[in-house]
Amino acid sequence: MTTSAILRRTPLYETHKKLGGRIVDFHGWELPVQYEGILKEHQAVRQAVGLFDVSHMGQVWVHGPQALDFLQKVNTNDISRIKPGQAIYSHLPNEKGGVVDDLIISCFAPDRYFLVVNASTCEDDFTWLKSQAANFQVRLENKSDDYGMIALQGPRALEVVGLDFPSVPKLARFGAVELDILGKPGIVTRTGYTGEEGCEFIVPSGHTVQVWEHLMSRGEAFEAVACGLGCRDTLRLEAGYLLYGSDIDAEHSSFEAGYGWVVKLDKGDFIGKEILVRQKAAGLKRRLFGIKLCERGVPRPGCPVFVEGKPSGTLASATFSPTLQVGIGMGYLDRPDLKPGAQVSVEIHGRQAAAEIVRMPFYLSKELKNAKA
Amino acid sequence: MPKPENCRFAKTHEWVCLEGGVAVVGLSDHAQKEITDIVFAEPPKPGRTVNVGEACGVVESVKAAFDVYSPITGEVTAGNPVLAQDPAVVNRSPHDEGWFFKLKPSNPGEINKLMDWAAYQAFLKTAEAHAGH
Repeated sequence: MTTSAILRRTPLYETHKKLGGRIVDFHGWELPVQYEGILKEHQAVRQAVGLFDVSHMGQVWVHGPQALDFLQKVNTNDISRIKPGQAIYSHLPNEKGGVVDDLIISCFAPDRYFLVVNASTCEDDFTWLKSQAANFQVRLENKSDDYGMIALQGPRALEVVGLDFPSVPKLARFGAVELDILGKPGIVTRTGYTGEEGCEFIVPSGHTVQVWEHLMSRGEAFEAVACGLGCRDTLRLEAGYLLYGSDIDAEHSSFEAGYGWVVKLDKGDFIGKEILVRQKAAGLKRRLFGIKLCERGVPRPGCPVFVEGKPSGTLASATFSPTLQVGIGMGYLDRPDLKPGAQVSVEIHGRQAAAEIVRMPFYLSKELKNAKA
Repeated sequence: MPKPENCRFAKTHEWVCLEGGVAVVGLSDHAQKEITDIVFAEPPKPGRTVNVGEACGVVESVKAAFDVYSPITGEVTAGNPVLAQDPAVVNRSPHDEGWFFKLKPSNPGEINKLMDWAAYQAFLKTAEAHAGH
């Protein structure tokens, strides 16, 4: 950690230190990879409730009479589907059919939208969005430094939130609300990155520690646990959620990532649409697949994947799944014809480990399964 | 198993002790704490000849993989059979049930070149101790 002078800290940095968090450099942010242990924290989120500091995420406001028109142009998803009080997951496409970032957009008024983007891409996203905004009556504000963000996730998360914020458990999944959070204006969305029920608090930076400590003390009776980035990654991978920079990037399309459901070709024009239309018509040359090991071993990002003995791609994300107790991963394979159950192998430490293609998600809580159905 | 105080230690954080003519090797308590939750552990196969300092086994946490180095030269006689089903035993009991492998030393004198308990404790306070695991 010799470069700490240039690393950024969230408002909760001292809190993490006090809690014994093991601090690492995550895309230029000093954040805890774990407190007591990844497995314990992972299990807490699957069985009870966990708190995550996600203050490194970026926040951008889009104001103006043409906010919707602008967002329709820069998104693959149909943003007209959300009304005030609703949020939607979407991709920002580039002109080559690749992805600039994935994000969640909340609508609070027809002329007021709120974007939550990835930390590592926030500056580039903002530059990109501004470059596309010239012909629209919109005002963009990058407010990432003004907000802290806390995710509360797990089957008991809504019980904890409901103690002080009874309106939040009543929201539908992907509901969004502006409300008073312990005396300061903030936002709560019914979203997350774990495959569990829960919500995310967005509060003024200087208020973040107070909100964290309050939620922690409220969560005590529910066995709430502070969670680091380590289990955030294992939880999201089990849930089949993409990690920007690993599973999607400027070179891969939403279709190739298996996220065709966020591409609405019938909504009107948007950036890169023509290329995506052509790609869909021509068929994909490669696709992101879920891969599960059939034997012991821990697959890692970069491990080569073989189909019928031929190198067919590499793993983009991979780990040991604490819930399934087996190695899992996702990777682009140049065999788009493969079906779940297809036998493949993954090279781990120079050895071929038997694996199979599986449908994602690898795991999803029953609450979210029901919400999807 | 002998107490940690009676073992010898490599700079790569393996311990070794002689039991009769056989050397038992494991990971130090410091190493298992640094590695965190161990989800995979693979000792070298019996019959393999390993040199002092040779990477011959693997332990993996959720986040990363680590080599296990042989602290002395010899022929592997056994790997701990418990590791396959219960790799976390290395976290719970690094100096006892979580031992890694056994070997027949080619040169038992090698063991005396390793750090004793007091020297290892002093070593853990240095920067070099934290360069590896």
